[in-house]
Amino acid sequence: MLQIKDVRKQFGTFTAVEGLNLEVPKGEIFGLLGANGAGKTTTFRMILGLLTPTHGKITWDQKEISYQTSDLIGYLPEERGLYPKLTVKEQLVYLGQLRSMPRPLIQEQTNTWLKRFGAEEYINKKVESLSKGNQQKIQFIAAVIHRPELLILDEPFSGLDPVNVELLKNAVHELKKEGTTIVFSSHRMEHVEELCQHLCIMHRGKAVVQGNLKEIKRSFGKKNVSVKADFDLTYLKDTNGVLKHRMTADGITLQVEREEVAHSLFQAVQSKGFVRKFELEEPSLNDIFIEKVGVVHE
Amino acid sequence: MSKFITVMMHTYRSKIKSKPFLITTLITIALLFVVTNMNEITKMFGGEEASKVGVIDKTGNTLPALQAQLEQAGDDLTAEAYTKSESDAEKAVIEGKLDGLLILDKDASGIVTGIYKAEDITQQSLITDIEMALQQIKNKSAAESIGLNQEQLAAIYLPVSFEKESLSTTAKSEEEAAQVYILVYVVLFFMYMSVMMYGSMIAVEVATEKSSRVMEILISSVSPVTQMFGKIFGIVLIALTQLALFVAGGFAAVKLNENLSGSESIIQELKLNEIPISLIVYALVFFILGFFLYATLFAMMGSLISRVEEVNNLMTPVVIVIVAAFMIAMYGRENPESGFVAAASYFPLFTPMLMLLRVGMLSLPVWEIALGIGVLIGAIALFAVIGARVYRGGVLMYGNAPSLKLFKQALLLSKEEKKNTTEL
Repeated sequence: MLQIKDVRKQFGTFTAVEGLNLEVPKGEIFGLLGANGAGKTTTFRMILGLLTPTHGKITWDQKEISYQTSDLIGYLPEERGLYPKLTVKEQLVYLGQLRSMPRPLIQEQTNTWLKRFGAEEYINKKVESLSKGNQQKIQFIAAVIHRPELLILDEPFSGLDPVNVELLKNAVHELKKEGTTIVFSSHRMEHVEELCQHLCIMHRGKAVVQGNLKEIKRSFGKKNVSVKADFDLTYLKDTNGVLKHRMTADGITLQVEREEVAHSLFQAVQSKGFVRKFELEEPSLNDIFIEKVGVVHE
Repeated sequence: MSKFITVMMHTYRSKIKSKPFLITTLITIALLFVVTNMNEITKMFGGEEASKVGVIDKTGNTLPALQAQLEQAGDDLTAEAYTKSESDAEKAVIEGKLDGLLILDKDASGIVTGIYKAEDITQQSLITDIEMALQQIKNKSAAESIGLNQEQLAAIYLPVSFEKESLSTTAKSEEEAAQVYILVYVVLFFMYMSVMMYGSMIAVEVATEKSSRVMEILISSVSPVTQMFGKIFGIVLIALTQLALFVAGGFAAVKLNENLSGSESIIQELKLNEIPISLIVYALVFFILGFFLYATLFAMMGSLISRVEEVNNLMTPVVIVIVAAFMIAMYGRENPESGFVAAASYFPLFTPMLMLLRVGMLSLPVWEIALGIGVLIGAIALFAVIGARVYRGGVLMYGNAPSLKLFKQALLLSKEEKKNTTEL
């Protein structure tokens, strides 16, 4: 289990992270959300032991994280980086060796992963000659080649086309199935919703929302009602308890305070004519994010 | 420890097969062969054809004396009487039949004068030969005209007998000093070359890892300190490999020369076989320690910059330091006893060159040498400690308060980098 206890990190007078408490059980996928500068990368660097917390403690399996435990951890940094002049194979061999892997195992793993990503033909190509998507795959392989217990992915899907995003997502799922604990950050709410059971939204160094995804949604209270009908629905926005509304091509989406408001909305449309759609939806993570962080983000 | 070796071997392997390494090594070895076998190479071209100079002797009796003089001096030059007119002779020079035209005459007081004409007058050695020969003839005739005979003349020109002897039993003989000088020169030169080449190699290596952002993965798997020293040792290993290749190449070249030239070989000429072993050992010790010192310096500086282009800016001050050491060594060669040189030899960045010079030229007490080596090792340790901290901070540009402070104090980190530190 990854435990972050009351962690604060200060750079001079600037506080990057404050009062952060997290627990990630083994075999979970944990999402860390936040706008730029929210403290995600700083948190990751502290988990990796690259930065020492000013206050508080971070442990993996009750052990403090240091260079003794670094072979158990895999890291995909936000700023991608590989040796441009080395071939894919040389690269992975070197990085694998630095995680204390024996050479034959590295070769075997390299082949397996390249095959999975359909990138076998690049094994002897220099990294600088690969496309960005392929470089990212290699970077991902470098992060997981040593079968880490704890995998940290900083914005793993940024800059990838949908096909490659899918490929990487599947790989993440599979690693989870094999028991890897994964912490990842993303700007894309749908990725987080899809992959994580637990998450934490950070804002200016503090955790503003954290916990189980379903519970977060439930406790958020506000829900969305989307209605489609053959008549004009604009008048619904004036119903008591409607917080926001957005017109869509053939209907309206309303954010409501409580579930009960949806009842009165239903009553209001019922008698007016034919209703094609009336749906009460859970709030999207995006709504929660915007509400909590107060900024529109991607 | 095994990660240290991984980093070291990775650095070694990736550099050993790099083109710059192969090219400089091959060129230097080729150069060694050429330089040591210069005497044979010039022979191979079969000695240049002797230059032919036409002489119009208006004095009527100077030419034989000139010919005799030239022959005595062993110059590759034949002077022949030219019987046709001056303009014909000039034409012959322009057509290339003659290398030059010398017109001999007498001035009012009866002293020989010469005018030399050639297509161009850039053949300095030829002209000097002729001028010297004429000077001799003039001296002789002037001496004769005041009634000196041959012996008296010889007595005037006889060089004074002057010998040097050192009274201290441990003092270096003149020959030893010359050998030391060669050795110091070689070490200085090699030092300069290695620092230029490998120093920038280390800095570029670190800067590349930083700018390509691979650094973040590296430091999440290996501690920056292990990484830095792995790198330094890897590069030292390359330098030693190259040195070994040079020594082997040089040895082969000298052997080849010995086989070809026998007693005229470069070994005999320079008495290379008489260089004391202890001096070679000292040279090696100072070279390796010096290399470590500069390598640590460069690794530290490399961690502070974020782009490869900035490496050159870093090189300049270090090059100035090495040139300064070189110049002090030049001065020290003339005045090895100078207090200034002695003081400078304890400044760590100068120690490898200057201490070696002093060890060679003077009979230094052991404690001074030990102190020099001690200073060097101390400086390496100090640089390594500071370097490791800066490297740790520099590679990610982070730092917790105390080391950030140390940063600022020790290295005057630029404003921009401070800003970056807080942005993280």
